[in-house]
Amino acid sequence: MRRFVIPFAVVLALASACGSSGSSGKSKSRATTITLVTHDSFAVSKSVLTDFTKRTGVKVKVVASGDAGAALNQVILTKSHPLGDAFFGVDNTLLSRAVSAGIFERYRSPQLSHVPTQYQLPSGNKLTPVDHGDVCVNFDRAELARRKLPAPRTLSDLAKPIYKGLLVAENPATSSPGLAFVLATIAKFGTGGWQHYWSTLRANGLKVEAGWDQAYNGDFSAGPGHGDRPLVVSYATSPPASVDPNTKPLPAQAPVGTALDTCYKQIEFVGVLRGTHHAAAARQLVDEMLSTRFQQDMPLQMYVLPVRDGAKLPELFVKYADQPTHSFQLPSASVEHNRETWIGQWTDRVIG
Amino acid sequence: MRRPTAARAGARALLVMIPVAFVGVFFAYPVTSIIGRGLAPHWRLDLSPFGDVLSSRSLRHIIWFTVWQAALSTLLTLITALPGAYVLARYEFRGKRLVHALVTVPFVLPTVVVGVAFASLLRPNGPLGGLGLDQSPVAILVAHVFFNYAVVVRTVGGLWSHLDRRQEEAARVLGASRWQAFREVTLPALRPAIAAAASIVFLFTFTSFGVILILGGPRFATLEVEIFRETFELLHLPLAAALSIVQLLAVVATLVVAGRAHSRRNTALALRATADVARRPRSPRERATIAAVLVTMTVLLGGPIAVLIDRSLSTRSGYGFGFYRALSTLHSGSSLFVAPTEAIRNSLAFATAATVIALVVGGLASFALASRRSGQGVTRAGFDMLLMLPLGTSAVTIGFGFLIALDHPPLDLRTSPMLIPIAHALVAVPFVVRIMLPVLRSVDNRLREAASVLGASPARVWREVDLPIVARAALVAAGFAFAISLGEFGATIFIVRPDYPTLPVVIYRLLTHPGVDNFGAAMAASTILMVVTAAAVLAIERFRVRGVGEF
Repeated sequence: MRRFVIPFAVVLALASACGSSGSSGKSKSRATTITLVTHDSFAVSKSVLTDFTKRTGVKVKVVASGDAGAALNQVILTKSHPLGDAFFGVDNTLLSRAVSAGIFERYRSPQLSHVPTQYQLPSGNKLTPVDHGDVCVNFDRAELARRKLPAPRTLSDLAKPIYKGLLVAENPATSSPGLAFVLATIAKFGTGGWQHYWSTLRANGLKVEAGWDQAYNGDFSAGPGHGDRPLVVSYATSPPASVDPNTKPLPAQAPVGTALDTCYKQIEFVGVLRGTHHAAAARQLVDEMLSTRFQQDMPLQMYVLPVRDGAKLPELFVKYADQPTHSFQLPSASVEHNRETWIGQWTDRVIG
Repeated sequence: MRRPTAARAGARALLVMIPVAFVGVFFAYPVTSIIGRGLAPHWRLDLSPFGDVLSSRSLRHIIWFTVWQAALSTLLTLITALPGAYVLARYEFRGKRLVHALVTVPFVLPTVVVGVAFASLLRPNGPLGGLGLDQSPVAILVAHVFFNYAVVVRTVGGLWSHLDRRQEEAARVLGASRWQAFREVTLPALRPAIAAAASIVFLFTFTSFGVILILGGPRFATLEVEIFRETFELLHLPLAAALSIVQLLAVVATLVVAGRAHSRRNTALALRATADVARRPRSPRERATIAAVLVTMTVLLGGPIAVLIDRSLSTRSGYGFGFYRALSTLHSGSSLFVAPTEAIRNSLAFATAATVIALVVGGLASFALASRRSGQGVTRAGFDMLLMLPLGTSAVTIGFGFLIALDHPPLDLRTSPMLIPIAHALVAVPFVVRIMLPVLRSVDNRLREAASVLGASPARVWREVDLPIVARAALVAAGFAFAISLGEFGATIFIVRPDYPTLPVVIYRLLTHPGVDNFGAAMAASTILMVVTAAAVLAIERFRVRGVGEF
């Protein structure tokens, strides 16, 4: 039996060794290692991070877990023993929850002077905007042309009989673009009218999926799954992603278009976690995320847009990303306060 | 009697202590921590969330749906897979080993990927769109059968392949019909394994998450989905804790019922080497049975898999390996990038560690449970249940429990890579126990006693009597544990993952990025996962342990 006990003991010893190696490593080596906690969609060019380390001596370990909501809740639950030194991925629908949980240290990056005020929080805030984007309805140009239908432009268009059975959206209870789109309808039709709008969408053959990947990769006719629906709730940056970058010359239009009056603005923030032992290094990382280099790297990595003035967009984005002139927005506190009620009402209307 | 009894009692205690400690530290402690945080946030117990659960119509509806879909899924899986277990246990035919390994493949596929396959078959413009099953409960049930087929084939087949077929033949000679012989002779002998398989399938489907979300559409939710929503989306810990307890109670009730069924049969069976049990088909009828089972397997298990492989090969410019090549180039230079070889290596390393842990913990636990002298009745049943509970507990609860419980030295494992194999082992241990226990229990105790009387030490009895018999079961269990880890089930989706991405993680990442290339590469990675799984299971089962064929 000893044969069994030994490997087990070794495994346990290994486990505790691995568990503690992070902290002991930090104190021994001269370079500081900080942990950036974030969601699964976070990405950055490796060269950006290695250059940052060369310049500052700060190494960044990225720890990702789940979508934006899940990652934030994990950070809130572990605030007495923080998982890391900085957190990226609070979006404006989760902002109020993040702020009231008291998980962030106050920090105002000097780089914020390069960021337009429309993305910034009121003074005294602890979070720094990094990127923005829009959740919008996308359409499949070829399929609409085949059906001889004009491209929809507004939320009201989607309720028209000519688009019956063509739209797929995500459940706001399980998907963040799903929630953003519901918020757009609330911003547009008001607390008195949005539910009626969804009843109309339902009667017009709306399909609801649990998450973005099922809707876009599965049901959307211009998606990789060649589904049967030419309208999908996705992002204003979906068009550049729908172009095959290897085709020469690049097409005049992306296969996917955006209904520009259906968009909800999302802004993502980063913050220094309270309780960090490496506050200075974490602040350097926050500054870095607002640097021109990082900002210009983001679009092709995460399909989001930079918030920094003068950050250049890659060619694919210049050519194909649709920039809504107006996008809907609701105050974060109101979203946090009403989220559950709204999701409940939505469920009753659309699924019940 | 060469050793003092005290030493033996000590050894037996150790046998029990290791699994108890493992499950205690990595399951009971985290889960009670998170439930405690929900129900007694400031050390004051507040049971009002239970009232909320019981008074809410939609939550009662969710509980009811959870129960009936799990019961029906279990029944359907048994009906579909028992003939498969029979054919693989009783007949020898060309390619049987391969079939045995391939059957395991669906079991390890990430639900997201299987969801893609099923959804594209069932969508209105898909090949089976005419059936109108898109976003229906039927889609959920069929997917559950797809995933759990292997559980029945392996758990029941493991015992069946050792049952002496002469007993059944004797019954036939004495005038019993085929069905009578099966019902009166074979079925009672198989009951412990069938109960074990049924309880595992029930627990898996009871806590089903991805399948429900992806294939059921927005209309259906299990307790697991609701716990996920309350915890992740809404941060309602009290309600999540109450729902977790409801889920645990239901699981305990199931295990009590199943436990009755498999403890009823504790008598020794005449076990034979597999080579003596399986033989080539003789009559056309037998050949037809084999053919029918293989066709069912091909359609049910092979259909969705074929869709995935087809997708992985359908590039923009026709059929080819473009997406496989893209795996090494797409996102290169990004922090997201993982070389496919690295992902395979990580997956194999975690799976090896998880298998070792699961075999040690599950193996010791099985011996303790099978040993007639260790504890009686309630203690034994409680221990047995403790081992099974992780399978029936919300992965969200376990994952969040890890986060808040394992957060200080010496157990600050939250961002440690060891947490991954530990989480995998928690899920694999119940399988190891359920596969090994029926075989161990059916070892004729007279063999042990005889060896003991002849002067063999307990260790020697174990080595000479138990080990050879158990080795085969242990290999099957190891293959399963390895496969579970490769597929990265449940809990690991919800734990913080340090940067050692496995194949399933690569697949998830690719699927959450837009564009045909990411999707195609995800399908290619899924195909690689299938191949790696089949190869690993084949390799593990190829090990021959000395003496196994001899009893």
